Amino acid sequence: MVYILLVFLSASLLIFILPGWLKKQKAILLSFVQFAAFIYFLSHVSEITSYHSKSIFIEWIPQLGLNLEFMLDGLSMVFALLVTGIGALVFLYAKDYMKSYAGTDKFFFYLMLFSGAMLGLVLSGNLIQLFIFWELTSFISFFLISFFHEKESARKAAFQSLYITGFGGLSMLAGIVLLGSVVDSYSFSDWLSNANAIKESNLYLPGLLLILAGIFTKSAQFPFHFWLPGAMQAPAPVSSYLHSATMVKAGIFLLARLSPVLGGTPEWTYIISLTGVLTMLTGSYFAITQTDLKGILAFTTINALGVLVLLLGINTTESIKAAMLFLFIHAFYKATLFMVAGLIEKKTGTRELRQLGGLIKYMPLTFVIAFLALLSMAGLPPLLGFLGKELIYEAKVQSPGIASMILILGVTSNIFMVAVSLYFARKVFLGKPGNFPKQPNERGAAFLIGPGVLALLSLVLGLSPGKLGSAVIKPALSAVLGEVAEVKLKIWHGFNQVFFLSMLTIILGFLLYVAMLKKDKLLIYWKKINDVVFAVQLDEVFAWVMDKFVAVSKLKTKTVQHGYHRLYILTIIVFTSLLLWFQVFVTRSWNFDIPFTLRPFYISGLALVIILASAVSAVSRSRIVTIISMGVAGYGISLIFLYYSAVDLAITQILVETLTLVMFMAILQKLPRFAVLSSKKTRLRDFLIALGFGSVMTILALKAVNVNLNRSISDFYLENSYLKAFGENVVNVILVDFRALDTLGEVTVLTIAAVGVYLLLSKPKSRKL
Amino acid sequence: MEIILAIVVGLLYTVGVYLLLRRSILKFIIGLIFMSNATNLLVFLSAGLVPGSPAFVQAGSGSSAPLADPLPQALVLTAIVIGLGIVVFTLALKYKFFETTGTDDLDQLKKTDN
Repeated sequence: MVYILLVFLSASLLIFILPGWLKKQKAILLSFVQFAAFIYFLSHVSEITSYHSKSIFIEWIPQLGLNLEFMLDGLSMVFALLVTGIGALVFLYAKDYMKSYAGTDKFFFYLMLFSGAMLGLVLSGNLIQLFIFWELTSFISFFLISFFHEKESARKAAFQSLYITGFGGLSMLAGIVLLGSVVDSYSFSDWLSNANAIKESNLYLPGLLLILAGIFTKSAQFPFHFWLPGAMQAPAPVSSYLHSATMVKAGIFLLARLSPVLGGTPEWTYIISLTGVLTMLTGSYFAITQTDLKGILAFTTINALGVLVLLLGINTTESIKAAMLFLFIHAFYKATLFMVAGLIEKKTGTRELRQLGGLIKYMPLTFVIAFLALLSMAGLPPLLGFLGKELIYEAKVQSPGIASMILILGVTSNIFMVAVSLYFARKVFLGKPGNFPKQPNERGAAFLIGPGVLALLSLVLGLSPGKLGSAVIKPALSAVLGEVAEVKLKIWHGFNQVFFLSMLTIILGFLLYVAMLKKDKLLIYWKKINDVVFAVQLDEVFAWVMDKFVAVSKLKTKTVQHGYHRLYILTIIVFTSLLLWFQVFVTRSWNFDIPFTLRPFYISGLALVIILASAVSAVSRSRIVTIISMGVAGYGISLIFLYYSAVDLAITQILVETLTLVMFMAILQKLPRFAVLSSKKTRLRDFLIALGFGSVMTILALKAVNVNLNRSISDFYLENSYLKAFGENVVNVILVDFRALDTLGEVTVLTIAAVGVYLLLSKPKSRKL
Repeated sequence: MEIILAIVVGLLYTVGVYLLLRRSILKFIIGLIFMSNATNLLVFLSAGLVPGSPAFVQAGSGSSAPLADPLPQALVLTAIVIGLGIVVFTLALKYKFFETTGTDDLDQLKKTDN
């Protein structure tokens, strides 16, 4: 399994270094790789049963509980077969389809990587690993959807899908981490064996909702469905692959995978079935009024995804059996139809329903293929689709609780599907020839192999579904249910309730189709009603939200990053003093036992001098006065140091103060005079802020005096200064002996500053920036 | 005396912050100097004031009289020197800035590149 992933990765990279003659055949080569992988999985079908699965465990970072785990059970098998099987056909089809475009190397690189990511996803046995593959599919699909990046609509659609699936993916990660914390593991097997602990934990509901957000966005469930029709901007092979076997099916896969762990609760059943029903209806209802071939198909995909989600939500043996079968049915007909739609666009130059018609004359083989696929989509016998619909009805009839409502909505949605399928066939292939921009033909065998094989599969498997049921669907069903269940598929179930429902659906669907065909105005009115009733377009809402988000971010940046330096400082100071004042308030009851005294008087006098000098320095308009009074304050402080036994400090302070004054004086003549730049109001505001900060610092100083620090470090220095370092001046010994390395750092800083000053002052003026 | 010196610390901070909030770059630098002086004094003060007995020790003599705490002094000494480095460097930078732009107004400095 791991080797297959590695082969996929290296094959995608190899494209770029293939020699010229081989490069022309790259699509065939990649198709062959896919086919080989398909055969590999097919050969293991008999091995993977309800009782047996394969798994591989590779240690990666075991300390963090991160390991590579791969598992191949019935469910993975279903998806692996679809990914590689349809992949092989899609690559074959893309060979002809992409011939006329530039940049096909890149295209096939992305497509191969995408397929590998999807395969990795379905084979993951560890949820973090699964998430990584999940995000990979999102990212790569961004490049695939935006392949025609010169078109703005393609870029927009790609971004839209990236944002939505990316958002979902992240919330899914949060959900995985949340639930992973319950069992302290991200390994799926651990989750499975602790399923009850997860379900009973408080984190179950938030975790479930977060994971469902990921699943619903990926699988285009209502109300996130709108990205999927947008994604039809992608080239047809991509759409075909994206809609049938990959990307949107990733959500379905995860839902099925987690069903034995998280399923079976009322939350699970109601949230998921409700979302599924809504999506199902939305898809089929809007499919009717589409006029773009790919648009119709995109909305029918939404319908199918809704059906799958609904079935997994109902969570009974019947419903999951139906879901697994429907996966195949939908993959077959949807891949076929997208390929056909791409073919029609290529050959006629249009995808518009109104411009098409009578294509049966030009493309008879295509018609047969498309017709089979459409019959399967409509659920008519004897195709696989009929079988699926029967099973789905059966599941809905037997679904607990809300059966009747689900049944009615399901039948309604299927009526739409029948009508859409017939309408599609009639409008495109029958009737008068449309006015095509190009004269159509049916050349290019590779175009038809893919859809042809899939359409035939729909027919053959529809007639003899037994093997598919027992060999593939049964193990998958067991994997999803967590217990072994029998699967016997057959086409004829006898005259029962389900059969009559089927008949009813077909008849009503046919009537709707006739009405649509005879009364052209019906669709026009329908569309008008839709425009009024569903005036709010979700993709427009999404674009609006994104626009506003960007606007708010810009506004925020502009407000916070306004560019006024002093206002930044003001913000910092105000917040600091508020915090300090708050702290003062909290600890307001404290004993202060130092008496107030003016003795010794000369120190009090000195303090007064410092205070006066500082005040003068702050308000003076003259530069000289400001600087000199600053110097006075500095010298005053050095005298205080001197009196209170800090000789070294006093010396240093005097030297520094002198140097600063000299420096100021030296450049003062080159600097402008003070101008009155601020208004009186501003100055008052700044003064109040400064006073607030200063007074809280006074309180802080008093508190600091009051605190009795543990003097052990100081005592250590006092005791050992002479004994160990042979120095009498303890402060000096600390600086040059005990903490010599710190002083070295300090010297380095000063040197750097000195070099900087030298460079700044010596640079010739002509070299200014 | 601690109370008076605490008031001096507060006043130095007040002047420092007030000058930091000016638009003139020169005043801003003077504000920096006041801030650094205030902080030095604060740290020095917090160790407690011991007049007339600096931390000098001699061979054999135990710690009989209470000496001034050498640790905050060492810290403040470092801080004074680093403060000098900062002030001198900003002053040179300011000089260059004025030479290049011809303004002393911080509000003219809104963009990172012109």
